Amino acid sequence: MQFTITKAPYVKPITSIPIVMRHVLYALIPALAAYIWFFGFGICINILIACIAAVVSEAFMLYLRKQPITQGITDGSALVTAVLIAFSIPPLVPWWIPVIGTFSAIILAKHLYGGIGANVFNPAMVGYAILLLSFPVEMTHWAPPLAEELGYEVLGFWSTIIYALSSSLPIDTNIDAITQATPLDMIKSGIKNNSTITEIRMDPLFGKLGSFGWEWISIYTIFGGLYLLYKGIINWHIPVSVLTSMMIFSALFYAIDSDQYLSPGFHLLSGSTIIGAFFIATDPTSAATSNKGRLIYGFGIGSLAYAIRTWGGFPDGFAFAVLLMNSSVPLLDRYTRPRIYGKS
Amino acid sequence: MVKNHIAKSFTGGIKLNANKNVSSSKTIAEQFIPSKLIIPMSHQFGPDAIPIVKVNQRIKKGELIGEPADKNALAVHASCSGQVTAIEQHQEPIVGEVSSSTCVIIQTNKDDDVSHQKKYWPRDTQTRLNLINQAGIVGLGGGSFPTAEKLNSKSLNCELLILNGAECEPFISCDDVLMREHATEVLRGGMAMMELVGASAILVCIEDDKPEALNAVYDAAGQLNSKLIQIVTLPTRYPAGGEKQLIEAVTGKEVPSGEYPINIGFICQNVGTAYALDRYIQLGEPQINRVVTVTGQGIKNPQNVLVPIGSPISELISFCGGYNDDVSHLILGGNMMGYSLHTDELPVTKATNCILAINKSQEEKSTQIWPCIRCGDCASVCPAKLLPQRIVKAYTNKNFNKLEELGLKDCIECGCCDVVCPSHIPLTASFKNAKYLTEEATTHSLLANEAEMRHNLKKIRLSKEQMKVDRLHAELKSNVRGDNRKSMINDAVNRSRKLRNKK
Ligand code: SF4
Ligand code: SF4
Repeated sequence: MQFTITKAPYVKPITSIPIVMRHVLYALIPALAAYIWFFGFGICINILIACIAAVVSEAFMLYLRKQPITQGITDGSALVTAVLIAFSIPPLVPWWIPVIGTFSAIILAKHLYGGIGANVFNPAMVGYAILLLSFPVEMTHWAPPLAEELGYEVLGFWSTIIYALSSSLPIDTNIDAITQATPLDMIKSGIKNNSTITEIRMDPLFGKLGSFGWEWISIYTIFGGLYLLYKGIINWHIPVSVLTSMMIFSALFYAIDSDQYLSPGFHLLSGSTIIGAFFIATDPTSAATSNKGRLIYGFGIGSLAYAIRTWGGFPDGFAFAVLLMNSSVPLLDRYTRPRIYGKS
Repeated sequence: MVKNHIAKSFTGGIKLNANKNVSSSKTIAEQFIPSKLIIPMSHQFGPDAIPIVKVNQRIKKGELIGEPADKNALAVHASCSGQVTAIEQHQEPIVGEVSSSTCVIIQTNKDDDVSHQKKYWPRDTQTRLNLINQAGIVGLGGGSFPTAEKLNSKSLNCELLILNGAECEPFISCDDVLMREHATEVLRGGMAMMELVGASAILVCIEDDKPEALNAVYDAAGQLNSKLIQIVTLPTRYPAGGEKQLIEAVTGKEVPSGEYPINIGFICQNVGTAYALDRYIQLGEPQINRVVTVTGQGIKNPQNVLVPIGSPISELISFCGGYNDDVSHLILGGNMMGYSLHTDELPVTKATNCILAINKSQEEKSTQIWPCIRCGDCASVCPAKLLPQRIVKAYTNKNFNKLEELGLKDCIECGCCDVVCPSHIPLTASFKNAKYLTEEATTHSLLANEAEMRHNLKKIRLSKEQMKVDRLHAELKSNVRGDNRKSMINDAVNRSRKLRNKK
């Protein structure tokens, strides 16, 4: 009898890239639900636009690089990037915002560096950073959470779509009536105007712990993060170190002057801290690979993000913190190489 | 009372589907006698034995048929009674591949004439070691390292003898059933080994997924009533049975890279080897059979069989009910570290611990391979604490220095990294190949070095000769010039004389 010859091990691998990516997308569902609840359907439109842009740009780049197109598109990595971009931009933006963001992510950050597995910088954060630097106005107009209850005008489903596609609002509505700066923004400008944190936080945009709305989205995001941990898709090192360093620094400065500095709870539950810690900083390709390296990497992101938020020029420094730490990864990997068994 | 220890664990490793019940639910089948034997004269280590039988010669079970090539080499014995029909080249599985070697082919008969008998077990260590070689005893864990050589540790100090009953590869259960059924013999063999190496204790290490074996060994240890036997329960995780991993788990120490356990005071022996030694001491039986696990979804009636060495795998499979229809791969060893055979017309050797027949769906690997996404999962399961993702990159770039630096040599080829890699990169296969290539490259560079040296020597020799020639030439030239000068001076002198004479 004649048998087939193949190489050991004769075991099916326990996972694959598409499976990993799919789980990441599943893990974002609770956060998405909370997001829709507080900010309306805008994010769905953004996700849809970003995903289309991602598939188109991915296919185009694969074609140019003469790589297998179907395999590249079906691995799901482009979709994860697209969805993360949609999560980081305001829910009410013209269509070209998610498109430009995704194109920059996929084309510049991913494929020009060599495609999946070769990118030095986190693609979603590159996309976001480019948007923030190029279109600061569009990128800081957030619809207030549960706008109706807070007494803001709300855009209906169709008007949202129309705004996304044509940037035109229904007659007698203007952008300032339906959007707001984010709480982190308001704190920043408030402190510049010498108000104390307690005064600023009187605004209904602030919730009990973090910013109203955002705090709940953050909490739901944690569920997704725990799911990824449970599934073994991410390791605990990065999220824990990001959150710990954020806590340490915010607690320290909060203890020094609680009128000038926000509480640790606020920092954890506002802006992109949670989604950043669990979903963005954990992108394996652009993160450190050893456990020790991951702890340092996460610690760096948490502290840099805190520093940029508190003293820097941007309301939420997460993207820049991630990008800065990305560039330190080769160094971290070099100096945290594990000791080989039996070698001293 | 025998103390129970629970070992900590080793670095890395993974939990695997054990699939052991497939074969371990039955007792060892001991009545298997094949119709013919193909007994290789080769060993995995050391020189081949020299056949001393003739065609048509009748032989008894246990009779010497291959004499050791030198005094430290291994003997080969007939594993059944019968008649020699040929001495010829035959294929056999050896160190990870199939190759040809001299084999004695025996037509067996059912007489079961036994030639061996209990022998005197001397007191002198060296004599004992010689006897172990003459009994052809090698490690049965799969490596087939000569047991006497491993036990010959006089110059080095052995503190502990570790009996390896951690059979971590999925599917394989030959050691498990052996311990269940022959715990006393295993421990007795272990104690003989301990005496030989002068160790102060035996640690019997068994994974906690083998409760029957653990119980049997406990009972046997209680009966032997020796304070020197200690039993260690290991958490079940692959590859707990790897020598280095076992030592890390039970002693917390690491075997230095490129060295052996004895360098840090330990000797590891497989429980099957201990059993074989006991058979020899008690019955005078050389190592002529071993327990083989025949298993997998491709086999009709999976079980553990006591197999005479040299039995054709095909007959062994028929004994186990034959193949199921959808069988596609025949694997020698477990599904993690075994290797696939193209045919079953090969003999069972002392290294054959398992014959695994699987069907397509079990083996089927994804045909899609993605680039490495640097997730580091491979590194976190690597028991050797390597960075498989970097090694595979160095391998693709054929960067041999990098391979060396990243510790390619320390890879134990366990396959853990392959199982977890989301990109389905064939890491282990690449590393095996890389090792092969590095070896080739080193021999190449040695050869190249030699050639270069020869070339250089030649150059030196040539240049010396050249120098000589040059010197000669130079001398000649200077002579010539010198003559010229002399003659010129002479001419001048003559001319001036002439001038003077004219005046
Ligand atoms: S095969 Fe080698 S590199 Fe892979 S996990 Fe095992 S020891 Fe590590
Ligand atoms: S497991 Fe595979 S994809 Fe992940 S780092 Fe290792 S080689 Fe790369």
